[in-house]
Amino acid sequence: MAKFQISRRKFLTASSLGLSGIALSGCDAFDSGLGIGGGLRSFLENANGLTWRAQRLLAGRDALAPEFTEADIRQPQRPNGVTAPDDDTYKGLLANNFADWRLEVTGLVEKPLSLTREQLQNMPSRTQITRHDCVEGWSCIAKWTGTPLSLVLDQAVVKPQARYVMFHCLDTIEQSLSGDIKYYGTIDLIDARHPQTILAYGLNGKPLPVENGAPLRVRVERQLGYKMPKYVYRIELVDSFATIGGDRGGYWEDNGYDWYGGI
Amino acid sequence: MDSAASSQPAAQKDAKNATLIYRQSRWTRLTHWLWALALFFMLLSGLQIFNARPQLYVGKESGFGYDNTILQIGAENTDKGPRGFTEIFGHRFDTTGVLGWSGPPGQETPRAFPAWATIPSYYDLGTARVVHFFFAWVLSATLLIWLVASLINGHIRRDLAPRVEDLRKLRRDIVDHAKLKFHHTREYNTLQKMAYGGVLFVLLPLMIVTGLAMSPSMDSVLPWLNEILGGRQTARTIHFTVMVLLVLFFVIHILMILAAGPINELRSIITGWYRTDPPAKHEKPTERSV
Repeated sequence: MAKFQISRRKFLTASSLGLSGIALSGCDAFDSGLGIGGGLRSFLENANGLTWRAQRLLAGRDALAPEFTEADIRQPQRPNGVTAPDDDTYKGLLANNFADWRLEVTGLVEKPLSLTREQLQNMPSRTQITRHDCVEGWSCIAKWTGTPLSLVLDQAVVKPQARYVMFHCLDTIEQSLSGDIKYYGTIDLIDARHPQTILAYGLNGKPLPVENGAPLRVRVERQLGYKMPKYVYRIELVDSFATIGGDRGGYWEDNGYDWYGGI
Repeated sequence: MDSAASSQPAAQKDAKNATLIYRQSRWTRLTHWLWALALFFMLLSGLQIFNARPQLYVGKESGFGYDNTILQIGAENTDKGPRGFTEIFGHRFDTTGVLGWSGPPGQETPRAFPAWATIPSYYDLGTARVVHFFFAWVLSATLLIWLVASLINGHIRRDLAPRVEDLRKLRRDIVDHAKLKFHHTREYNTLQKMAYGGVLFVLLPLMIVTGLAMSPSMDSVLPWLNEILGGRQTARTIHFTVMVLLVLFFVIHILMILAAGPINELRSIITGWYRTDPPAKHEKPTERSV
């Protein structure tokens, strides 16, 4: 019995030592080296490429994101990021109900386009009830109506050397010392030509509200929300994103998020 | 490859005349430590990811226009200043200092899990995702390696597969554990089989499956996954719950090792060699044909 008493005391002492060790271990030890461009960070980021290739291999070009029914729409689409652009250009366009707004299609295309809202809405449309997944972890189901991006690309005739579609936006996402940064992002041509990738102008049967990106936002249903820019006014076909922002392919990518937001 | 475990030269006598046996194969030992590493980083980066949205929901989506939240960690202003709270199924607890509101005295900030429990310690969702998905590959690859090796070397069949006698021993086993009375034998006892089997065949696979279910791109490949699980937000809630169970397993695992004799237990998972109880102390362990 005495032996048992001692072993229990030892046991408790050792356990509490062990637990405090665990508590300390989470401290700042790993913070250095994890910044963008850091050696450890760059090594770990190799896995992002692996993750992207695995998803591409499994999902292919045309696997569709699940679509839902009207009964699944139980609430308004939750707005996120910039919800009321304070930019003069945007406010001017909004005051005129986007009558002067144009969607420019530029870059590596044979026929650059400048489309009015009406022209865009007169093209064949697609309506889909899908789940929006934010990188933060929340989801929201809504009905989106818009022009398939592939139709716009076909009209502009994409040059063979083009690899990515870049979206230029009207909203200032960050005010830095070197000037305002407006939201920007890229997707590749596989996602750009995916049947569910649309330039959305309608939400839940109504015109797209300002908070959700009026007059036009992108839906890329197999990726996370940060890959679907709002307040889009120009689509540029590019062959790389070396010259865009911090050369990682988008605003959030330049802030450390993975370029392929599939998981 | 462990078939020699019960014969020479895999068993030898040490100074105390107790038998040293070769208990853990190199595959078991290697994968054990890879998991330890991967789970450590996945836990701490996972808590950082959770901090970006410190709520858990049930269903296909997150309720903003209605309530399907079952857990929430947050901060609020009260008469006594800012306080952290955790709300589970509508029951609210004050968790100031750890959950919801924490930090060095005078520099507290609103954050679900405290800085010491997250990687990075400061708020950085993008970096946490890089760490989390890197180690997700390590974890999954390790599980696959372990499964193949353990099917080939007989570890699963010999050591983990439940037997009728395990059920018979269960009652006795629980009493022995409660008294911190441990038998050092080559075989795992019933509770060990349940714990290890549960982690390896239920919790880790469930973790991977619910992780994949949250991916919008994988959802286009395996749309039935979220239907089985009850929706993406339910999958996320299960993912979190399995994390809690794995942490619970880890705490008990460490306590049991400390109680059963940390030197001997650690030796067996590092070198493979394990000192069993002298045969006189209790009934002779049954010999097993392998």
